Amino acid sequence: MENAIEINNLTKRFCDFTAVNNVSFNVKKGDVYGFLGPNGSGKTTVIRMIMGLITPTSGTGKVLGFDISTENEKIRSHIGYMSQKFSLYEDLTVEENLDFYAGVYNVPKNKIKNKKKEILEMADLVGKEHMITSNLSGGWKQRLALGCSIIHDPDILLLDEPTGGVDPIARRQFWDIIYDLSKKGVTILVTTHYMDEAGHCNFIGFLYYGNILSLDTPNAMKEKVIDGEIVEIKVDDTLKSIELLKTMEKVRDASVYGAGIHVLTEPNMDLNELKVFLLKNNVEIYNIKKVKPTLEDVFVFLVEKENSK
Amino acid sequence: MNLKRIFSIIRKEFFQIKRDKRTIAIIIMMPIMELLLFGYAASTSVDHIPTAVYNNDIGIESRDLLDSFVNSQYFDLDYNATSMQEIEEYIDNGNAKAGIVIPPEYSKDLKNGKTAQIQLIVDGSDPTTAQTILSSAGGVVQSMSVEIIKETRGIEMPQVLDLRSRVWYNPNMSSINFNIPGLIGVILQTVTLMLTSFSIVRERERGTMEQLIVTPITKMELMVGKIVPYVIIGFVDIVLALALSVFWFRVPIAGSITLLLLFSVIFLFGSLGVGLVISTVSKSQLQAMQLSMFMIMPNILLSGYMFPIEAMPDIVGKISTVLPLTYFIKVLRGIILKGNGFGQLYQEFIILTSFGLGFLMIATVKFKKKIE
Repeated sequence: MENAIEINNLTKRFCDFTAVNNVSFNVKKGDVYGFLGPNGSGKTTVIRMIMGLITPTSGTGKVLGFDISTENEKIRSHIGYMSQKFSLYEDLTVEENLDFYAGVYNVPKNKIKNKKKEILEMADLVGKEHMITSNLSGGWKQRLALGCSIIHDPDILLLDEPTGGVDPIARRQFWDIIYDLSKKGVTILVTTHYMDEAGHCNFIGFLYYGNILSLDTPNAMKEKVIDGEIVEIKVDDTLKSIELLKTMEKVRDASVYGAGIHVLTEPNMDLNELKVFLLKNNVEIYNIKKVKPTLEDVFVFLVEKENSK
Repeated sequence: MNLKRIFSIIRKEFFQIKRDKRTIAIIIMMPIMELLLFGYAASTSVDHIPTAVYNNDIGIESRDLLDSFVNSQYFDLDYNATSMQEIEEYIDNGNAKAGIVIPPEYSKDLKNGKTAQIQLIVDGSDPTTAQTILSSAGGVVQSMSVEIIKETRGIEMPQVLDLRSRVWYNPNMSSINFNIPGLIGVILQTVTLMLTSFSIVRERERGTMEQLIVTPITKMELMVGKIVPYVIIGFVDIVLALALSVFWFRVPIAGSITLLLLFSVIFLFGSLGVGLVISTVSKSQLQAMQLSMFMIMPNILLSGYMFPIEAMPDIVGKISTVLPLTYFIKVLRGIILKGNGFGQLYQEFIILTSFGLGFLMIATVKFKKKIE
């Protein structure tokens, strides 16, 4: 069996609101699979359906061959799950939290000690075992939550926006742990709305208002999705230039990107044509060059395409 | 049922209770405070009633009568009035609860073998006190008449009917002996209901429930794990309450303490089950609090703790039969006051056990390992 997770035509409706619409995807064993999308796009709902926390309206899914609607209990001992809010017991100490989850996951007694040590080291929590969890800062809480969710050595790890609300250094540290777990053969499905994090994944799915817009590896997405070119321009007046560029015939879209502008043009765009146009409109150009599309460009492109339907 | 998982939950609950000072305060202070407050305030024994006297008679007979009022211990003749108006004033402003008026011809009437009259005025605004005043005054006058007849006519009245009452179980009819057993039930119910009604919904509110239900723990394991710590706490509370009753209020326990504790544990399961049901169906801790308040009131009023069930209208009396506390109070009074053994209480045993299992089942069925 090559796929750890197989999802077919999964749909979830809350009253007349469709949170997840006909979503299908497969997660290969050992992959780091990223679910990318803005808040409210249905990522959490998909994860919760896989966990059996929410019953799908229609569609099917299998985790390690077990049905997500009928065989929840069999699935649960194989999955580690970390929810958005790092649901730890804030009034317990670090060690008490780990002991508690080790207990409910029925981790054999002779393994608990080593496992705890391993997790404390991994999460950089050595020396903080007896701290009350509510006194930990965001990054530590997040890593402790991850630790609690892998205490039973799960085959699959589902992470729902694990890096929300923590600083960039802690995020970096967190992803290092994820890589390590992946190397050990753990299959990981992670949701995020940080584009840079999606680049860390082997495979990504773009989710937008309940629909999957695209599924591919990050590189393939950057190369294949956009039929056109991205030109990065830095000018003196960014907002004015965006408005101007949007009026050009060969320009499909223009948007702010960092300190400059990313312009989506038709294929084989002549840079001089853009230069002349901007100069004619009294815009001073600092820098102009063709660039490879980033995942953000891809996402903006997909969203625009979806919205224009 | 995996004992290790249940044990993990129990341990976690104790850690959380240990760190929550307010919960500890509820566990320790509430039974003590309620026992002391209700134990003293809810006393319905009335004696040493402040009384005003307006004596128009100058004879020795009237003074004999007043002496026997004083000797009864029920009346303190605190105020001497010199007019009807003054009596009225004493009662109006609440100084006196009763007034005794003796007319000028009292002694003369007695000497002439006529029926002598005396007037008793009672402040009826509190019916319990008024009832005691009426019956004790009646008693005083009754025994006085018997004596007067004996003295003046030198004959003993043959009694046609001779009612010899004996009060069993609580011979002094001390209201504290009667109230305390019921109170123990009420306290146990209140404490356990309040504590458990939060236990599930708190985890939902804080988000830990989501993490907990994705573990392989079963619903039954979770419910048992959630209940056991509070059974232990409730047990500590009942021992505390019993100790206070016996050593402070001097309420004697006529029956077996072991049996009493056994029944307490059975009752606790039911009461905690109700708490869990509340916690399971509530959406927030506030809602759980309101729901448990909603449950506590009828339990106090209808369980027979405050008012006798026999005096309730039929429909209300029916409600009392579905309250576990009704049966537990019966058991408490039975064991503490009457010294009942298991043989007299097996019906209550069956009913309380069914309540316990029933509510635990309802909580388990109602609890969904979902977050919708």
